[in-house]
Amino acid sequence: MSDINNTPETDVQETSAELNVTDVQETPGKPTITTMQEIDVQKTSQKQSVFKILGKIAIYTFLIVMAIITIFPFYWMIISSLKTAEEFRAVVPTLFPQMMDAANYTEVFDTSVRDFDILRLFTNTVIVGIVSTLLSLVITIFSAFAFARLEFKGKNALFAALLATMMIPGELFTVTNYVTVNYFGWLNTYTVLIVPFLVSVFYIYLLKQNFMQIPNELYLAAKVDGTGDFKYLCKVMIPLALPSIISITILKMMGAWNSYMWPRLVNTNPDYHLITNGLRNASFTAAEGNIPDTPVQMAAVALVSLPLFLVFIFLRKYIMKGVSRSGIKG
Amino acid sequence: MVESKHKWKAWLYLSPAIILLLIFTVWPIINTVYMAFSEKYSMMEAFTGKQFTIGFGNFEHVLVKSVGTVGSDFFRALGNTAILCVITVPLSTILALLIAVCLNSIKPLQKLLQTIFFLPYVTNSIAIGMVFAAMFQVIGMAPDGSEAISWGLINEFLKVFGVDSIDWLGSTDGDYWANITVMVVYIVWNALPFKILVLLGGLQGINKQYYEAARVDSTSKFRVFRKITVPLLSPMISYVVITSFIGGFKEYSSIVGVFGEDMNGGRLNTMVGYIYTNIEKKQGYASAAALVLFVIIFIVTMINLYVSKKKTHY
Repeated sequence: MSDINNTPETDVQETSAELNVTDVQETPGKPTITTMQEIDVQKTSQKQSVFKILGKIAIYTFLIVMAIITIFPFYWMIISSLKTAEEFRAVVPTLFPQMMDAANYTEVFDTSVRDFDILRLFTNTVIVGIVSTLLSLVITIFSAFAFARLEFKGKNALFAALLATMMIPGELFTVTNYVTVNYFGWLNTYTVLIVPFLVSVFYIYLLKQNFMQIPNELYLAAKVDGTGDFKYLCKVMIPLALPSIISITILKMMGAWNSYMWPRLVNTNPDYHLITNGLRNASFTAAEGNIPDTPVQMAAVALVSLPLFLVFIFLRKYIMKGVSRSGIKG
Repeated sequence: MVESKHKWKAWLYLSPAIILLLIFTVWPIINTVYMAFSEKYSMMEAFTGKQFTIGFGNFEHVLVKSVGTVGSDFFRALGNTAILCVITVPLSTILALLIAVCLNSIKPLQKLLQTIFFLPYVTNSIAIGMVFAAMFQVIGMAPDGSEAISWGLINEFLKVFGVDSIDWLGSTDGDYWANITVMVVYIVWNALPFKILVLLGGLQGINKQYYEAARVDSTSKFRVFRKITVPLLSPMISYVVITSFIGGFKEYSSIVGVFGEDMNGGRLNTMVGYIYTNIEKKQGYASAAALVLFVIIFIVTMINLYVSKKKTHY
């Protein structure tokens, strides 16, 4: 390590220069260092700091380039939505619209142009999102409470069985669930979009872990005071686990906003379509022919993405917390 | 325990979840297996009380007879899925690891960049798929593919580097790898946020003393990365790889986002897409395909776990 005392002139490396200086200073009684060494060390530490700066520049360049790539599709979405169709079709694409125009946005809201009733789609999605989130929260909180605090026979076995179902791909359930909802006569309703997905084993797991962190003494103290389980759950556990509950709420709402396959399968009636189905099914073509009218499409896409961005800006912390433990999207 | 007198209470709290799970999770496991082995099972016929012969007919159809049929070839779907998985999982993991390590080593701008990198997570995969389509779009393509009104943004960008224009979204046979390239770009872009988040969280959890020790020993940066960062991060890396393999095998809606519901004439169909095309009429085939998908995901996950057990340091 401190080979500066053995072979001082030759062995001072760039990387160890800083270290050697401190080493020497801390060694009392010995002659400090010769002038030659001092120069060497200075040279190498200069060299080192040059490398350090170059390294930092490389890191920042890489990160900023990647950040631009990450953000570019959003930029392209927004500027395309403000372009005229002619400008979008220009031979050389423009990176900034020559003439900002919100006409595409008004066209999105015009239901007479194409079969795309964005307000109805928004309403449907919000109804399904809110109802399924509320019911799902009640079920999740009750189950997590039972698993975290109450004692009953077969608790651990039941919980393990629940966790095991998480390994099975959802499509395996979907096939039978499609038959089941047909059997129940639920096609083209809100119910079919809400009920089959109310229980999420992952959310129960997440909340149970959070409940378990709340000290058991609180529960026993409440028992001594004669507080019932339900009151304890509402007054103590839910407030203490609020961050997790907020995470679950956001992820569940995002799930409703992004769901695509199941709604398309079970609701063929456009009255019950959700936002993504409407967006994919609408044909954004210009009146004069079969050429796609991309700017209007991009305006619709921007409007659909807007609520997600607002959620992201205000509630990022909760999303990140929930996501880092899940690995599932939406 | 205090609660031993009121055991029924726990079941009361659990009852809504258990009832729903019985109908929509437990019953499907049994019934999907039953449908998969009921030859040519069809829901409508089942409702009228028809009995089906038990056998491997559905699997035979999916794995043997569907081969070569346009748009509903199971192995085509499996191939597309596997290609996307094999390319995107390592690519996005390595890229995410690089970004996370770089992010972890800087102070100014760290929070801002972290926020930007997380942005693609909160998006609608159909909606942003349409944006990617718009970026790769070639407008006004002549039938023979020779002329276009505009070659689109990406082609114009690539022209700077002297690359010939490509019909990225086209459906002629030569464009298959162009199609796949678009999907790889989109899937990697979409997969990065989650991976960066998990890996950065892992990096920040590594005890600083290891790096101090390495600094005292004047270990080179690359060696520190290889001998300290990667081993200590390996549980996170294997978690990310396993979840993205599972996610990759279920790829579907992002392709619909870019290429529309017919997935370029079924050419870009995936396994989940195969299940969905059969689900309305031929539940027997769909069930058999779903079971095959389950087995494949199970095997891949087991291999992943086995490999990571050997390589992971806890």
